[in-house]
Amino acid sequence: MKSKYDIIVIGGGPAGLAAAVEARENGINNILVLERDVELGGILQQCIHNGFGLFYFKEELTGPEYAQRFINKVNEGGIDIVLDTIVTSITVDKIVSIMNTEGKRDISAKSVILAMGCRERTRGSIAIPGDRPAGVFTAGTAQRYINIEGYMVGKSVVILGSGDIGMIMARRIVLEGGEVKAVVARSSFPKGLTRNVVQCLDHYDIPLLLSHNIVEIKGRERVERVVIAQTDEHKQVIPGTEKGYDCDTVLLSVGLIPENELSKLAGVDLDPKTGGPVVNESMETSVEGIFACGNVVHVHDLVDFVTEESRRAGRNAARYVNEEFNREGEYVSFSTSGGLTYAAPQRFRYSNLPDKLDVFMRVDKVYQDQFVILENEGRELARFKERHLTPGEMVKITAPKEIFTGCEGKVRISLVPRGDKT
Amino acid sequence: MKSELICITCPMGCRLSISGRPDEPIVEGNKCKRGIAYAKDELTNPIRMICSTVKISGGIHTIVPVKTDRAIPEKYKFQIMKLINGVEVQSPVEMGDVVLENVFDTGVNVVVTRNM
Repeated sequence: MKSKYDIIVIGGGPAGLAAAVEARENGINNILVLERDVELGGILQQCIHNGFGLFYFKEELTGPEYAQRFINKVNEGGIDIVLDTIVTSITVDKIVSIMNTEGKRDISAKSVILAMGCRERTRGSIAIPGDRPAGVFTAGTAQRYINIEGYMVGKSVVILGSGDIGMIMARRIVLEGGEVKAVVARSSFPKGLTRNVVQCLDHYDIPLLLSHNIVEIKGRERVERVVIAQTDEHKQVIPGTEKGYDCDTVLLSVGLIPENELSKLAGVDLDPKTGGPVVNESMETSVEGIFACGNVVHVHDLVDFVTEESRRAGRNAARYVNEEFNREGEYVSFSTSGGLTYAAPQRFRYSNLPDKLDVFMRVDKVYQDQFVILENEGRELARFKERHLTPGEMVKITAPKEIFTGCEGKVRISLVPRGDKT
Repeated sequence: MKSELICITCPMGCRLSISGRPDEPIVEGNKCKRGIAYAKDELTNPIRMICSTVKISGGIHTIVPVKTDRAIPEKYKFQIMKLINGVEVQSPVEMGDVVLENVFDTGVNVVVTRNM
């Protein structure tokens, strides 16, 4: 490890690896990737199921295979890897403080790429009443135990939350000889991908109880029983519908939060809607030369999109280091309404736009046959046809640069039903 | 006999209602013709990818992930898990190394999915 780098990448998961490789392919040969785990690949290493890479590689890979392809590329040279190392702070001047078994030290960079990913929401953040026995895990922790460390988490399991990781773990537990009593979700529709409802639950006869919640966890040493009840349209428990399920394990798949403690130390502005840094068209944060990509920016459902976004960050960090970055003109911001909950990136400078700009969004509920319409000061810029939109699946539009010619202030993005000829 | 399926050919997730013979199903609820093909495959020859882990010695972990290199008939999904759980390999292994060959005479192999 040197004391100065052109680019330091924080995190060696899919975002960090793609950003590092892309920066090298854009002429930077002095890159450091810092990773707190003992190996590269991030969460992909425990996602042993298939379904990755359909968009990016046009074939279906498992998580470890997707990671391996990027690890092999990183190992082609020009990129130093430091594992088992935690970053304790990043300053506005791009001094990165690290700590590992060899001690503490500071390293400096011309540019920093934030690729720390996200973490799971825990029992504490959703407040389930009852006892506090052993046997309550987040789904991702259970996934690490079963798929990396080789420990089974329990024999009979109830899963709370219809997120993708929970459904994938339901199938995994059944394949390994465990029993999944039910997947329980407060909402009236599954939060994860439809294909996971079918492939992980339906194919293994695992009941999905929508509009239900766990109202109590019982057990002295270990979980013994949970009480499940129906919920109404406001997600409130309907009294009298309680039913007990014997089980020794509860898994929580109740959402992910971008991990931005380091971003805050660096003075990066965060977007309250995404929980991640506000980024521009180049994936640059509010601090010049600090870029961000992947789940630290907003939680993605497909790693393929993380890769695309991270390549954009890597390419632009390289442009920044090579002093090719364009800062002419004022920022134009995206504002979302009419069913769309956020847009990433949040803003752009026209002079710096690529030929085509990918914008990611999420919806608040299920919609059929909609237009995503972009407007600036009452003028429609473009509309994109969408047949089916659901909160579990990110919306991606690819907007040609020309449509933003002459835009000022805010570009409003909203949903309009296709039936209405507006 | 009537049955229900959700088509996963695309993100629409059409809810299919199926009646008639499995090889010539009468499908309702599909928004395109791919729904009919999906229903027919699911009724006559359902196949699944199986992903799991096998024991490894000498690696940085004690298990290493594996997968079937193609989807296998659905009826073997638990039987193949028994075979997989009996496998032990020695590090180093590379992505693509075969650990079980031609399982149940299907022509499908079980392969390692990372280097370790």
